[in-house]
Amino acid sequence: MNANSADKAAPEKSSPKQSTRKGSAKTPDWHRQIDDEGILWLILDQQNTSTNVLSVTVLEQLDSLLDDVAQNLPKALVFRSGKAKGFIAGADVNEFLQVTNTQEALIMIKRGQTLFSRIAALPCPTVAMIEGFCMGGGTELALACDYRVALDDNGTRIGLPEVKLGIHPAYGGLVRATSMINPLKSLELMLTGRALSARAAQAIGLVDAAQPERQMERAVRQIALTRPPQQQMPLFGKLLSLPGIRSLLAEYMKKQVAKKAARQHYPAPYAILDVWANYYGNPARMMEEEANSVARLIQGDKVRNLVRVFFLQTRLKSLGDKKAFVPQHVHVIGAGTMGGDIAAWCALRGFTVTLQDREAKFLTNAFKRAHQLFAKRLKTTHERNAAVDRLIPDIDGAGVEKADVIIEAIFEDVDAKHAIYRDVEARMKPDAVLATNTSSIPLETLTTVLKQPERLVGIHFFNPVAMMPLVEVVVSKTTSAKTLQQATAFTQHIGKLPLPVKSSPGFLVNRILMPYLVEAFTLYAEGIAPEAIDKAATDFGMPMGPVELADTVGLDICLSVAQNLSAAYGIEVPAGINRFVEKKHLGKKSGRGFYQYQKGKPVKDKDVDLGDQRMIQNRLVMRFVNEAADCLQEGIVEDRDLLDAGIIFGTGFAPFRGGPMNYSLDQGVESMVALMTEYETRFGERFKPSAGWSLLDAKEPV
Amino acid sequence: MANAHKKYAKPVYLVDGSRTPFLKARGKPGPFKHADLGINAARSVLLRMPFAANEIDEVIFGSTMPGPDEANIARIVALRLGCGDQVPAYTVHRNCASGMQALDNAAMSIVSGRSDLVLAGGIEAMSQAPLLLHPKMVAWLAQWWGAKSIGQRLKVLSGFKPRLLTPVIALLKGLTDPVVGLNMGQTAEQIAWRFGITRAQMDQFALESHQKLHQAQQQNELSEVIPIYDAQGNVYDLDDGVRIDSTLEKLGRLRPAFDKPYGLVTPGNSAQITDGAAALVLASEAAVKKHDLPVLARLVSTEWAALDPAEMGLGPAHAIAPLLKSQRLQVGDIDYWEINEAFAAQVLAVLAALDDKEYCQQHLGLKSAVGGIPLERLNIHGGGVSLGHPVGASGARIVLHLAKVLQQKNASKGIASLCIGGGQGGAMLIERSVA
Repeated sequence: MNANSADKAAPEKSSPKQSTRKGSAKTPDWHRQIDDEGILWLILDQQNTSTNVLSVTVLEQLDSLLDDVAQNLPKALVFRSGKAKGFIAGADVNEFLQVTNTQEALIMIKRGQTLFSRIAALPCPTVAMIEGFCMGGGTELALACDYRVALDDNGTRIGLPEVKLGIHPAYGGLVRATSMINPLKSLELMLTGRALSARAAQAIGLVDAAQPERQMERAVRQIALTRPPQQQMPLFGKLLSLPGIRSLLAEYMKKQVAKKAARQHYPAPYAILDVWANYYGNPARMMEEEANSVARLIQGDKVRNLVRVFFLQTRLKSLGDKKAFVPQHVHVIGAGTMGGDIAAWCALRGFTVTLQDREAKFLTNAFKRAHQLFAKRLKTTHERNAAVDRLIPDIDGAGVEKADVIIEAIFEDVDAKHAIYRDVEARMKPDAVLATNTSSIPLETLTTVLKQPERLVGIHFFNPVAMMPLVEVVVSKTTSAKTLQQATAFTQHIGKLPLPVKSSPGFLVNRILMPYLVEAFTLYAEGIAPEAIDKAATDFGMPMGPVELADTVGLDICLSVAQNLSAAYGIEVPAGINRFVEKKHLGKKSGRGFYQYQKGKPVKDKDVDLGDQRMIQNRLVMRFVNEAADCLQEGIVEDRDLLDAGIIFGTGFAPFRGGPMNYSLDQGVESMVALMTEYETRFGERFKPSAGWSLLDAKEPV
Repeated sequence: MANAHKKYAKPVYLVDGSRTPFLKARGKPGPFKHADLGINAARSVLLRMPFAANEIDEVIFGSTMPGPDEANIARIVALRLGCGDQVPAYTVHRNCASGMQALDNAAMSIVSGRSDLVLAGGIEAMSQAPLLLHPKMVAWLAQWWGAKSIGQRLKVLSGFKPRLLTPVIALLKGLTDPVVGLNMGQTAEQIAWRFGITRAQMDQFALESHQKLHQAQQQNELSEVIPIYDAQGNVYDLDDGVRIDSTLEKLGRLRPAFDKPYGLVTPGNSAQITDGAAALVLASEAAVKKHDLPVLARLVSTEWAALDPAEMGLGPAHAIAPLLKSQRLQVGDIDYWEINEAFAAQVLAVLAALDDKEYCQQHLGLKSAVGGIPLERLNIHGGGVSLGHPVGASGARIVLHLAKVLQQKNASKGIASLCIGGGQGGAMLIERSVA
């Protein structure tokens, strides 16, 4: 056993809960313990929840605890979580939604700022001991401490993700992060909202030490008692923060941000840069402006809608019981782009995966892409090796007998699928799930060859698998509740959001996208430039215009999906699109579609005639939301929230608008219907308002 | 001989096996490291097994030169396969017979009752063999690291000579006998001279090895070979050392590689430097019953022998003769033979020795010659000359393939044997019940 000074000072202790018996007290959410060495541990263990959040009451209790700390100054103060997992997940989003005006917002923000400033001003050393999730307000609390020590394991993620809810740090986090960390790094952290591992956080200076569990407590004690130098802004960071350079850098970064998010839709990242550029160097003033900035951002619908998206995501994450079904082995049949990418994704997520196709040569592309995925997502050689080891080529299909989930992802051919199902059903484990990734064949057609049709479920992934967060879990008339539960749980295990949908042509996402894409083709056929069409859509807030989206998906695929759906929904596919496919102008993958592609990027003409942008945008959006209303009417998904969730995570539909249904309600259903009726007479029957609109007259809160 | 009837005292079953294609080394490290090869072979056979990887009792692999970061390669393979923390694993080294040694150890473990299910095999990525620093360079570096002052450093620096940078090729060291100072090719020259094997015979044997392998590939007779994929997505599904265009004329043009310039042994009639791995599942009777396992063959007995390192190529003769004797079998009782082709000359010399009364009397303690092994029953799908000899893997490969041949031909008995650098020979008798 080591006998260094820290060990002598703190004899072997397995946990602070044992080690800090001397003097303990508690408030409802905070445990207050003083140990033998005079270190005060404030342990947050919020009542009635598994995750700590900084609610008003938690902050109030902390405030009163600090009164006591100031009077009886301990040797050091350590903040720690009493939860099994996670430090502090951030502010309480529910409380935050209650705030209705700027004044209320300012009061709430200032209270938090004052509290954290008290911590920063304490004369004794303060340490944040970060184990697991540390987000938003949690990170701001940590930044107010003199030192931060983070647990170096896979569970620790540290970030300032406020920007995803349309705001930015307001409890002094913006001020403190930019004052001690190279602004390139601290601003990036806040602009992207990305969470860092303990080591990555250490690399940018966000934490002082990243330590394994066995050293955590010793590290915290040693730092608390020896007071090493605190985190300082590196010289290069100081240089970048000089007045002239600062504004240049801010302008440059705004241009970078503009490529991803337009200011009119996403003002928060721009506000971060403005506060930093204008007020850095004057902490008191910057603190004030940080508060004012967030108070301004909080007004209006955008933040409410983004918070809605956050809650919708939470709802999707809560579907299916992960504990009730814990699969280990996934067998994928069909090593095309979808099958191969699904297999690689599952292997990345820790599953043993067997990948089957008819001959060895059909697996080559899948393995190439899998290696690329692993190289991108996994940092260490041993993690990459492990992922490669889990992905097993299986020409003979021996994996069928061992798999817990079998995903068929071959080409869309009923007979070929039937042949596979016959073979698989005879060999698969009795409690395994049989899933199809079909996007166009009704499940009812596929189940005809099965002895137990209740075992077939659709697990419909989107391309590219690694990027798209949503998976449609498709239920046929015969799919059993158990199978649905298993499929949903599996989707959660692989880190995707499950959306249960009824088996009907196009399910939800493709079905709603198609009229929108076809309308874009119609506009094109009317002589409107692709650039003008796409601009109308991106101005609305779509991540990509419909023409570029069609090119990216592949025009051949779009055509076949459109033809498939046209029978069911009477969509007329403009003849022009055929000619593209005949000429092999398939879009991005062939280098030419509606656009020409250079290095995978479309060449867009900046000087095109934009036409009547309002009309173009209305036509695109009306087709989109009208089809969504149809889906609601037909009960493709359970309710309108799930519909909005599916559309946002499946298509990227302008998140700050909260989904097509939420958007329609914001606009007012009556005026939407009126506009559609007008368009019906102007442009044709396809704009006839859906019967589903009658279901949407009341807007209940989320 | 202590025991005239040396058999494994309990049944040892060969359940199934897979191997990677054997990939010819192309002058630079190949796409797969040792562990990658072992895992590819092993996970393929385990996929076909009804039991889970953590139900295996023991993992044993033979390997002679795993990488510096692959110490106890068998344990690495076991862990990366998902056998879990609790399955013990070890690596064995008997040079060219390491793969067969792993099977022998597995069999003995089953016989002793220690294990019921063993994953065993051989792994070698010869293309990954490292270049080493010359010992003088290591000594120089030690001085450099020890030098503290600028003066000391300058002094050490002045002692540096470019020739210190000449690397030591680990592979060549591994293929040279340190006791008698001959490389393996020279030992083949030695026994070719002793038995009067001609260059024409060697080249003919080599040519036929390629032809047999090619035909076997065409007719899918190497069912144990599985496709493997590298990081670029390239697939390897055939032993790629096969030369379809080989002719006696082309072989005849090659120059001797070991005894220059007058020797007979050329790269064309020697085993190729290759990367590959084979993994087999061996089981006790109880395990076969418990998991309802298929049985490919039964391992009956293994014989190890030793001889003059300078004539190591004759090792198979020294192991086969006592094996036949102890099992009371004649050459004619054996349906098929796999004798590893380290060198065409070496296999031909083994056949000559076994058929030579004088050699059998003087060196094998027999009254008469063992007899001639018919060429049409030997290495019927090619061997080391055409598909390569990844040192630690070959022993496992020939046993697995022999079992597959017996199955294909519905035959009963087979012997697999190899010569072993350092002057040894190993031979294993396997048997299956004829349908």
